[in-house]
Amino acid sequence: MLSVSNLHAAVEDKEILKGLSLEVPAGEVHAIMGPNGAGKSTLSYVLTGRQGYEVTQGSATLDGEDLLALEPNERAAKGVFLSFQYPLEIPGVPALTFIRTALNAQRKARGEPEVTAPDFLKLARAKAAELKIDFDMLKRALNVGFSGGEKKRMEIFQMAMLSPRFLILDETDSGLDVDALRIVADGVNALRSPERGMLVITHYQRLLDYIKPDRVHVLAGGKIVASGGPELALQLEREGYEKYARAA
Amino acid sequence: MSVASAIRTRDAAELPGKRDEDWRWTDLRGLIREVPAPSAALGAALLPAGPFDALAHEVIVLANGQGAAHIGVEPGEDKVVALRIVSRGDGAHAARVSVDVEVGGRLTLLESYEGEGGYLGHTALVLSLAKDAAVERIVLAADDAEGVNVSQAEVALAPGAAYAQSTLTGGARRQRLETVVRHPGGHADLRLDGVYLLSGKRHADLTTAVTHDAVDGTTQQLTKGVVRDQARAVFQGRIVVAEGADRTDARMGHHALILSDRAEVDAKPELEIYADDVSCAHGNTVGALDEDALFYARQRGIPEDEARALLTEAFIGEVVDRIDHEAAREIARGWVAERLRG
Repeated sequence: MLSVSNLHAAVEDKEILKGLSLEVPAGEVHAIMGPNGAGKSTLSYVLTGRQGYEVTQGSATLDGEDLLALEPNERAAKGVFLSFQYPLEIPGVPALTFIRTALNAQRKARGEPEVTAPDFLKLARAKAAELKIDFDMLKRALNVGFSGGEKKRMEIFQMAMLSPRFLILDETDSGLDVDALRIVADGVNALRSPERGMLVITHYQRLLDYIKPDRVHVLAGGKIVASGGPELALQLEREGYEKYARAA
Repeated sequence: MSVASAIRTRDAAELPGKRDEDWRWTDLRGLIREVPAPSAALGAALLPAGPFDALAHEVIVLANGQGAAHIGVEPGEDKVVALRIVSRGDGAHAARVSVDVEVGGRLTLLESYEGEGGYLGHTALVLSLAKDAAVERIVLAADDAEGVNVSQAEVALAPGAAYAQSTLTGGARRQRLETVVRHPGGHADLRLDGVYLLSGKRHADLTTAVTHDAVDGTTQQLTKGVVRDQARAVFQGRIVVAEGADRTDARMGHHALILSDRAEVDAKPELEIYADDVSCAHGNTVGALDEDALFYARQRGIPEDEARALLTEAFIGEVVDRIDHEAAREIARGWVAERLRG
């Protein structure tokens, strides 16, 4: 599924990723943990093609296809979804309009027919109910005036609607209370399947109590410095990142 | 010194220019060396339909400045009038329109400027609203890239009247759409909105001046625009709160997107407050499209051009949404979409 090899990337000529390698097979959930400034968000932006993040070396492929050569929207159409750490506000565009535009743009790019308005609304109602999102909220401008937790829930809602093949969750637990965290985790877990891969980026172990990873990687100093099973997350929670930060 | 008298006397020296403070960004004097000959008469019957014809009880056409129009609304009457100001050819012409809305009368005035050619056109409008009268004026200015058009409206409100205006323009070679309002306070309510969408070398100037003369008046003003290529937009908004006009509530916003390095926006928001107890605010921003929001939309799968159009339409949509007349609002929305996606 996702294969990242010796990835180097710079922001404004400062190298942030320094030879990062990672394999996430289909059907698995991998967690990336690391101290602040390790390059966690940079990894998510490089994989999704944000402007200003320059890849200087290495590769990233999804099912063998070079992601780095594609435009951000083309990567999305291939099934790459990023749940943002800080979701953007889109004034004037109702959430439903935004998501429907995105869904149909993706389908068009894949040569699939557009979803009709009634089918779209039916799907939206069902997913909103699952995620305990008030349907009226979806008629409001996307994320405008939403709380931090509501924005995160809206990310998961979009994910559920777009049904991506590869999910990147960037600090999805920040700003969530325990109840909201459980709802969000349920939404993410519902998408776990043998065809999907997930990369869960988090500073704290807490989220991993709810979204159980198959593998845990420690990112420090721009590369993966340790990998292990779920127990590694618990160890990090106990011991902190200090020894990895030093090693990097 | 006025455009109308310059056209009448064919004396270019009478045109306002950059030495006039209020016209320094819309210099007609420097642009027009000689006032063109009077425009030829134009048969209204040969013209294509106007943008608002289907919505109106009555359609008035002023073609190349011929005739004068009077729109009267009787007490308690409620009507929708389409006013078409049509310019054709390279001549000069001026038109006059007066609007009187009597006590409790309601008028939806759907005004369109429809130009083809290198004309110099002027329209003077005088609108008078009696007590508790209500007017919504929607202006769609579709001038020629070679045309020069000036429209100047004077609005006088009585206490309890409500006047709402939405001006949408695509600009012209040079264009000024001006509104001057005498606001009597007394719970009269004023909304003055504007939209400009300019490309090529077009120019548009939205100038407003509101004077609050007495207590308890409100003014809401929101203008938004998008300029690209080498276009130039001018926004001048003045609100004067006279001495004693306490409890005035006035808000003015002007926000512009500049989508090219060579486009220009000149803005002059002015609040002059001579009363003590008032609530007044203005906000003015000029910038580019939010790149972060653009990336967010693209990450969801929306291609760049479509994402730009979506965000820009939404930016302008905030103003269009304030139009009360539903069918006119849809026409305005369609006009915006066509210009931004076309």
